[in-house]
Amino acid sequence: MEAIYGTWPWYVGGPLVALIMLALIKLGKTFGFSSNFRTLCSALGAGKSCDFFDFDWKAQRWNLLFLLGTVFGGALAAYGLSDHQVPPIAENTIGILKSYGFDSVGKAYLPTELFFEMDLKNVLLLLIGGIFVGFGTRYAGGCTSGHAITGLSELQWPSLVAVIGFFIGGLLMVHVFFPLIF
Amino acid sequence: MRKLVFILLGILFGVVMYKAEAASWFRIFEMFNFQSFHMYGFIGSALVVGLLGVQYMQRNKSKDVDGKEIVFHPKVKSIPRYLIGGIFFGLGWALVGACPGPIFALLGAGVYAMLIVIVGALLGTYLYGVLRKYLPH
Repeated sequence: MEAIYGTWPWYVGGPLVALIMLALIKLGKTFGFSSNFRTLCSALGAGKSCDFFDFDWKAQRWNLLFLLGTVFGGALAAYGLSDHQVPPIAENTIGILKSYGFDSVGKAYLPTELFFEMDLKNVLLLLIGGIFVGFGTRYAGGCTSGHAITGLSELQWPSLVAVIGFFIGGLLMVHVFFPLIF
Repeated sequence: MRKLVFILLGILFGVVMYKAEAASWFRIFEMFNFQSFHMYGFIGSALVVGLLGVQYMQRNKSKDVDGKEIVFHPKVKSIPRYLIGGIFFGLGWALVGACPGPIFALLGAGVYAMLIVIVGALLGTYLYGVLRKYLPH
């Protein structure tokens, strides 16, 4: 049971995600999660004020169902298939995070200091992070699923450029901005 | 029936992202510090299986479940939009510790603060739609 309730190894997780992508292709669709943000904007009426959202969003309902499934899947994993799962993070990483004041590292799935203490700073950080995710994925035309998994599997070099961008941004945030923020 | 398949695939996706910890902020931080192979193995093994599957489908001119030939649309070739857009996404990915799929998996897992991230992502997407014609692509 530990095999299910504990951390799933990368060689189980990675191939399963690839199989989900292949199944979607076989169903005549493409694996791209961040398109849902555009679809949701359109469904919320953004097409009236901006032509980028003026499209037949109902053709993307299949992806919203996939999104709904993802929410259910997260619930199933956390409440049904886990017994307080704590990622076994590298010792060095734990040291760095403790120096930033993240004492929940090694005790929780994610930093409770950021996600469960809703002060103004945290709300702003999460809101700004979300804006970057939404703006960046649409600007780049995809996220990890559309570029890092699908695009690279199709050997499309624009996706490689996007993935290099993901890493430049991530490294900047963690090594340049985190010491200023935390 | 087809609708149920999409929901089931989504459920599997949410379970996998949570259980293999691609949805853990700590794992993303660890990845950007190059201190564990976990996330690289995750993305790398997904790529190997994905690459084999896609190449197989392309070579055999595979058809989808409705009998239509599967077409792979080449992405528009350019550098600025992928690089600049990618950097913005990377900044957000590292800050919230989750890419779009895991954001929703975590919402299901009871991390309700992800609602703030989702509102932000919708605002960011809208912002892109409005500014699109002024941005280099």
